[in-house]
Amino acid sequence: MPDADQDGPGPSAKARLDEQFSALYRAHLRDVYSYSYYRVGNHHDAEDLTEQTFLQAYRHFERALRESDGRPLRPWLIRIAHNLAANYYRDRSRRPQTALEDAGELSAAHTTEAIVEDREDLTRILACVQELPDDRREALIMRFALGMDNQEIARALGRSDGATKVLIHRAIRQLEGLVGAKETAG
Amino acid sequence: MTQPEGFARDLEARLRLALTPVEPPEELELRLELRMSELVELAADELESWEAAALRDPRNWPRAALRPAAAVLVGTGAAVGLVLLRTQRRRHRRRAVAHGPLDLAERTLRDVGREALRVFDDVRPG
Repeated sequence: MPDADQDGPGPSAKARLDEQFSALYRAHLRDVYSYSYYRVGNHHDAEDLTEQTFLQAYRHFERALRESDGRPLRPWLIRIAHNLAANYYRDRSRRPQTALEDAGELSAAHTTEAIVEDREDLTRILACVQELPDDRREALIMRFALGMDNQEIARALGRSDGATKVLIHRAIRQLEGLVGAKETAG
Repeated sequence: MTQPEGFARDLEARLRLALTPVEPPEELELRLELRMSELVELAADELESWEAAALRDPRNWPRAALRPAAAVLVGTGAAVGLVLLRTQRRRHRRRAVAHGPLDLAERTLRDVGREALRVFDDVRPG
């Protein structure tokens, strides 16, 4: 049951709350799933993480709405997924695998053939993303897979806008170095 | 290693392609809907046990009288959410087979009606 005051919201308010949550779920299921997938590297765990994220979001939805002050709730959802993913690694002493499960197949399925000129190139880039430190990798996933802007990423990561801008800049610079080195070696 | 500016722009474009959003599997959507409807049922159960406790305390009698209606409203809100969710999930299929906007609207209404019957059948007691 969503986090509520002592007596909870009234019945019509509760119904409205459930409808709002349904709308949030419909709007951001793909975002949460994409983030989870790129974070954990396989579909099975991404499904678990997505499910846990929405269940936790449902419990605290009322408070989040109250505290969001009208701002979009996507960063809040992604922050939940981010925290759950951190626990997932801590609890099971796991790290994401370098090669994302069927990454090439996914790229082919979600883009047109004209765009996908070199699947190996995309797989190599994904492998380099996985080599980045956690915070840099996450910032890039949020920016490029979810299309979040600096402000949203800052809220999701609990950082200032300025620090987030620097984080993304450094992530891209480091990725350039990694990809460049692999291309030179290849 | 410092790369030329063009390489960085190109890299961002390639990164956007590599990190294409991933569609969640349909069974995940179904599972999540199920879990959420379970949560709504739990909330309704909580209301019921609150009612039972409240009836033993005379101070709560006036409020307890309002609770059954509240539970119906809560359940209805959740059911409406489920109907919307399920109808929304079938939108691609409807668009693919519809012959124009009127036909699409008609199919959407038919889907809403069908899903509403299913959801209310699912939640009907007994």
